[in-house]
Amino acid sequence: MFVTVRLFARLRELAGASELRCELPDGAVARTAWESLVRDHATLAEFEPVISCAVNAEYARLTTPLAHGDEVAFLPPVSGG
Amino acid sequence: MARFAVTTEPLDVAAIAATVESPACGAVTTFVGLVRDHNAGRRVEWLDYEAYPALAVKTFERIGSEAAARWPAVALAIHHRSGRIAIGEASVVIAAASPHRADAFAAFRYAIERVKQIAPVWKHEHFEGGDVWIEGATADPDDAVAQQVAFERACS
Repeated sequence: MFVTVRLFARLRELAGASELRCELPDGAVARTAWESLVRDHATLAEFEPVISCAVNAEYARLTTPLAHGDEVAFLPPVSGG
Repeated sequence: MARFAVTTEPLDVAAIAATVESPACGAVTTFVGLVRDHNAGRRVEWLDYEAYPALAVKTFERIGSEAAARWPAVALAIHHRSGRIAIGEASVVIAAASPHRADAFAAFRYAIERVKQIAPVWKHEHFEGGDVWIEGATADPDDAVAQQVAFERACS
């Protein structure tokens, strides 16, 4: 299946893209997409302990299952306000 | 105007407050977060704010629901600006309307604490001599300890 990965702030800068298309095996969860991303962009690995993720613009867990066409976003620690 | 929004336009405090006012209100509190000219010993020149708007609006709605569960008579509005913001301009406006002032004060304080904890928004600080992404809290809306901290700050 294919999913769209969205990246923000420093994750976006390190990966050099705000949006990536990513092919994942059936049964993939958000963590599968993150691991695929880190294989291609090793500098993102240090963020693993502090990222949040969202699936289809809802906060999710790295264990959340993904389906074909989903949008999965990885978020560095936030600093709004 | 929507009560919860992310916009690249300048924030209009009166218009945002008007979204929560009603004849039953005896009080409206507004919080205006401004871009200041210094941070951590650096002379700040401007901030670029990046947001994930679809998730941010849902997060603001969630904060509104959390506040309503605690203060049922309060109506809340949260507007965050994104893009480049100059020193002295508003980055966030929160309005809370209530029949009585105590709940309005508590709810807007709660809301700004929660925005800082869980809103998918990032500051890219441009200062004299460089730039840096500000990274604060790992956003987890289900973190009950963080939510409790926000309630305690609201009610202290």
